[in-house]
Amino acid sequence: MRHETITARRNFLKNCLASAVVAAAGDGISLPEAAAQSLTLSKSRVVIAQDAQLRGLTPTVDSRRMLNLLDLAMETLFRPERSAGEAWRKIVRPGQLVALKVNTLGGRGLSTSPVLIDAICERLQEAGVRAGDIVVWDRSTEELERAGFHVSTAHNAIQCFGTDQLGYEDDLVMYGSVGSRLSRILTEQCDVLINVPVLKDHDGAGVTVALKNMYGAIHNPNKYHPDGCNPYIADLNMLPEIRSRMRLTICDATTACYEGGPAYKPQYAWHYNALIVSQDPVALDTTGWRIIENKRAAMRLKTLEADGRAPGYLATAADRQHRLGTDDPQRIETVEVGLGAGEQPYVKRS
Amino acid sequence: MSSVHNARADPKLEKRQKGQSATWLLPDRRCFLRGALCAGAAGSLQTFAQPLNAIPVWASPQGQDDAPFTVEARFYQKLPNRKIKCKLCPRECTVGDKERGYCGVRENHGGTYYTLVHSRVCAAHIDPIEKKPFFHYLPGTMAFSLATAGCNVNCKFCQNWDISQSRPEEVPAQYAPPQRIAELAGQYHCPTIAYTYSEPVIFSEYLMDTADAGHAAGIRSIVVSNGYMQDEALRAAYGKMDAVKIDLKSFSESYYRQVVSGQLKPVLDSIVTLHGMDKWMEIVYLVVPTLNDGDTEFRDLARWVKTYVGVDVPLHFTQFHPEYLLKNLPITPVPTLERAKQIADAEGLHYVYIGNVPGHPAENTYCPKCGHMLVQRMGLEVTQMLIRRNACSFCGQPIPGIWHA
Repeated sequence: MRHETITARRNFLKNCLASAVVAAAGDGISLPEAAAQSLTLSKSRVVIAQDAQLRGLTPTVDSRRMLNLLDLAMETLFRPERSAGEAWRKIVRPGQLVALKVNTLGGRGLSTSPVLIDAICERLQEAGVRAGDIVVWDRSTEELERAGFHVSTAHNAIQCFGTDQLGYEDDLVMYGSVGSRLSRILTEQCDVLINVPVLKDHDGAGVTVALKNMYGAIHNPNKYHPDGCNPYIADLNMLPEIRSRMRLTICDATTACYEGGPAYKPQYAWHYNALIVSQDPVALDTTGWRIIENKRAAMRLKTLEADGRAPGYLATAADRQHRLGTDDPQRIETVEVGLGAGEQPYVKRS
Repeated sequence: MSSVHNARADPKLEKRQKGQSATWLLPDRRCFLRGALCAGAAGSLQTFAQPLNAIPVWASPQGQDDAPFTVEARFYQKLPNRKIKCKLCPRECTVGDKERGYCGVRENHGGTYYTLVHSRVCAAHIDPIEKKPFFHYLPGTMAFSLATAGCNVNCKFCQNWDISQSRPEEVPAQYAPPQRIAELAGQYHCPTIAYTYSEPVIFSEYLMDTADAGHAAGIRSIVVSNGYMQDEALRAAYGKMDAVKIDLKSFSESYYRQVVSGQLKPVLDSIVTLHGMDKWMEIVYLVVPTLNDGDTEFRDLARWVKTYVGVDVPLHFTQFHPEYLLKNLPITPVPTLERAKQIADAEGLHYVYIGNVPGHPAENTYCPKCGHMLVQRMGLEVTQMLIRRNACSFCGQPIPGIWHA
């Protein structure tokens, strides 16, 4: 008998315990709760916070305006809380290990912005999370560096490295069509998972936003690209190790991609200068899809459906077997907020 | 995934040991003793291990640099927008820049497709050739057996999933260029180099170069494969092989789709092509309880083999053991294997074996004319050989195979 059978049992118990602790510790709304609510009573709120002046006259994002934009997004998402600080305290508590899952496949041109991550880390620390309890991660350390992140493993500073540094769990976790080994960063250094993906077109799935970003947490993502990544994306996000930790998605749509994704192709990237924030990843992905379709229409491109790659995984993620959130536009409350030139916020609901 | 057969007879022989650096290195005691005996060596561990020490070891994946293993792929087509279409296997993955194909070991860099596993050996052992299994090809000899990470299917019963379903940077590996493999095989008196454990389709470039190096040194090449490959690549890569074992995982498209994540038709095409290329070939069928163990399927399979490749191609029905994503099923009952053999025998196939059941009489080779036992096997060992000059020593009936080097 292989030795991992014993390990599997131990890990199972450990994960159950971890999940229970996470569920018990949070006094805010966890993702499963939010998703479940969206299926029963309330609508799922998705905030699109946009700042036309995010870059000023330069190609780079202004860090002060980014922080303001993040605050606006968080206040709007958690309204009626009064401040961004109160909103963050619904997500994290001091002493928790917080992992920020970024997306760095697209290099400097089309990855999660380090400026956004700096802003999130600043607010997390203000909410009482120690710097050393925050880890910024993706699959590969090299890709993180290529995207402009500074790799760090110092214990008392914000940590930033790829799964290649810690490796994957020895044991498989399974749900539906998925059988994978999870990143040890997720299983060992994370009580609360904050997903920080990029808004992108995807040649297989149609779009890649929140849910597909979890492909970066497993050892064998290449096995889950056939059939428009469906049902793999939904099944992967059902893994308890992911679902129980996931609290929030902050999608970096400052630079987005409407065609040719997921790799960076400058001709298909545009400065959308927005953050898209939600606790319902299905609603967020559905909203992201709509934004990409609008851009494609403006650029006189075929719809994703006409291109044979409508994101069918969304319906699977929302179905009764998965219940990861809602893909029904009638049950998504989209709130568009923005900062004008004078940083005066505006609000538009739909 | 391949190489399921006989692994259970001695799991340590077949399975890569987790947590070790590339496991070529120290075969288990039984294998070591057999190899040393075969080599006529003194039998000391040091004698066996010493040549391998010359190869740099990346004990952990983190230490690996892709550069030494990155070689342009040979079977792909360039597309607009720096995309490529892989022409190695029937998936024909369209791969964008900086992405990988389904196999996880080929990557698009700016519109050029590269294999990341050339000379990147993650498992190597010196195995009895019966373990592959080859029963009619150089019986009683040892094969220098190697693998890289990756696979182009995802069998739910895979026994080596920890290497086959991983990306190369996720498993420890060693740099072992073709010439070095040929040298090592020669040093250990292995008449063959076997490409096995994971799926050799996905390291075709390395396989081809190693076969060339081996042939230059007088060492043959054999492959253990799923046969899920495009015709051009198959002819080019397996054209360099001296013998081929194909894992025919089922005789139903739905099984291939649901359990293997592949297709049956291209595999059948490959078998017919290899037969036409005059390669020595044996076929293995892993019998999985409730999934591919029906009488009709056995009968259809046997009739197809008889029609398209002939009654003399050995067919092995092997026993399944619960692994990977199919831990919920039981071990294949021996009567099920015996039923499969009876059906194939009744259809007129001459050499039908039962595998992974050490000591079963259907491990032996019998003369199809006079019925005498000609090769007696016990697990992975040949205990009696009564074939003389490629024929039955009792009645003179020719017995197909390559019986002597």
